[in-house]
Amino acid sequence: MASAEPVAERAEETKASEPETPPPAPAWARKDLVDTDVLSSAEMDLILETAEAMTEVRARPMSRVATLRGTTVVTLFYEQSTRTRASFELAAKALGADVVNIASSSSSVEKGESLIDTVRTLEAIGADLLVLRHPSSGAATLASRHTGASVINAGDGMHAHPTQALLDLYTMRRHLDDLRGAKVVIVGDILHSRVARSNIWALRAAGARVVLCGPATLLPRSFSDALESEPCETSTDLDGAIADADVVMALRIQRERQEQGFLPSLREYVQRYQVTEERLATAQPGVLVMHPGPMNEGIEVAPDVVRGLRSVVEEQVANGVAVRMAILYLLATARPR
Amino acid sequence: MTSPLELQGGDEIARTIRRLAHEIVESNGGTDELLLVGLLTRGVPLAKRLAAAIETFEGAVLPVGRLDIGLYRDDLTRREPPPPVRPSDIPSDIDNATVVLVDDVLYTGRSIRAALDAIMDFGRPARVRLAVLVDRGHRELPIRPDFVGRNIPTAPSQAVEVRLAEVDGEDAVYLMEGGERHGQR
Repeated sequence: MASAEPVAERAEETKASEPETPPPAPAWARKDLVDTDVLSSAEMDLILETAEAMTEVRARPMSRVATLRGTTVVTLFYEQSTRTRASFELAAKALGADVVNIASSSSSVEKGESLIDTVRTLEAIGADLLVLRHPSSGAATLASRHTGASVINAGDGMHAHPTQALLDLYTMRRHLDDLRGAKVVIVGDILHSRVARSNIWALRAAGARVVLCGPATLLPRSFSDALESEPCETSTDLDGAIADADVVMALRIQRERQEQGFLPSLREYVQRYQVTEERLATAQPGVLVMHPGPMNEGIEVAPDVVRGLRSVVEEQVANGVAVRMAILYLLATARPR
Repeated sequence: MTSPLELQGGDEIARTIRRLAHEIVESNGGTDELLLVGLLTRGVPLAKRLAAAIETFEGAVLPVGRLDIGLYRDDLTRREPPPPVRPSDIPSDIDNATVVLVDDVLYTGRSIRAALDAIMDFGRPARVRLAVLVDRGHRELPIRPDFVGRNIPTAPSQAVEVRLAEVDGEDAVYLMEGGERHGQR
């Protein structure tokens, strides 16, 4: 046996330039993913690091694996969606799962079946993971209590959209070295936005400085009890808020908000809150412009900015598949057998 | 669990790597089209050391890749917690290459089965070889290594642990009593 000395020497010689072993990751133990507010930063890191591996899988000549062979993923959408539903379906198929897509307009929901009955029925026919979008806040939590299937919230009312927030976080992390202290301005209809809510929790856990910006009517005074002790910065002045921003995230404006009296006019909104090249001049040089989609052409973000170098809007969509693969994988492997 | 028994130290591991490097080049008839691919975690530093050894006596710099087999395991629903999945990195085209998979311990063969599935998703290599530092027996699949550092007969109740400076801060091979430290091996 060698003495201790040469071993120590060799350890010096062969010191790797990059560490081969990542710090110990926590095991994923959650049955469901309802919102980002319950996730620890270690759990978010595990999702985002797994998403890195999924991004690599998607770049391979053969970009489909059989990891979730025998697992059934059901997407149950009570609201219309293009990117989220397609993104989940592609993610599940890339992992080798079976996918069943159900839209409320073509299902027994039309016949008056309750959410709980629908969810139980889907579990009875073998759904392991249930991707749910619903217009009522709290629908995902309700569903998760009544089924053994793992529920992934794909948007519930004005409450949460955790996979969108995680893909936003992932997109930011791929461009910014460190999110700690980074200034993220979220502009638009904060009041009605589940994307804003889930992003706030995720960004705060990552250490970012979040500034919420929009017309006073669409800017909640406090976000919830949990935030009252440490409220987000808010501003009704985008020109001031955008200064030194590392990220500007514009949210979708729903045109019906005008009829409901939240917005004086779309033209005034565009004048005061559209993300333009001119306004971005005071932001950080490498500022990222994001939008969760679907976008109102020429309203939330100026067309030249959307197609410009600062926009990562298309990247967000592409990253969505990898992040959802990571979430499906982690939830599926944590399921009891 | 009794205290681990050190079977090999740093000097022996270094000699073994030099011999394996020679065997790999001899078997390939040179260094053309050779690609070393380490299995994460400890196969990667081993593959890098093999490439460094080959460079010193052949002068050729071989590409070294790394392969994560997490998405190809056959025990994902049995094992807990699942190990974190990490990105693989195959630096060059593997079509028509001679791929040498490198791992620290060969045991049941299931990791290598997974690695074969994984590598085929990157292309169609001309041939795939297997180099391991330790073969401890107890194969459960028809898999055999082409290049073996050392055969260590073991009981299933024992475990072989390879420690490498890049990962563990020391170079050593230990035999431990009291079961499988690494799970699937």
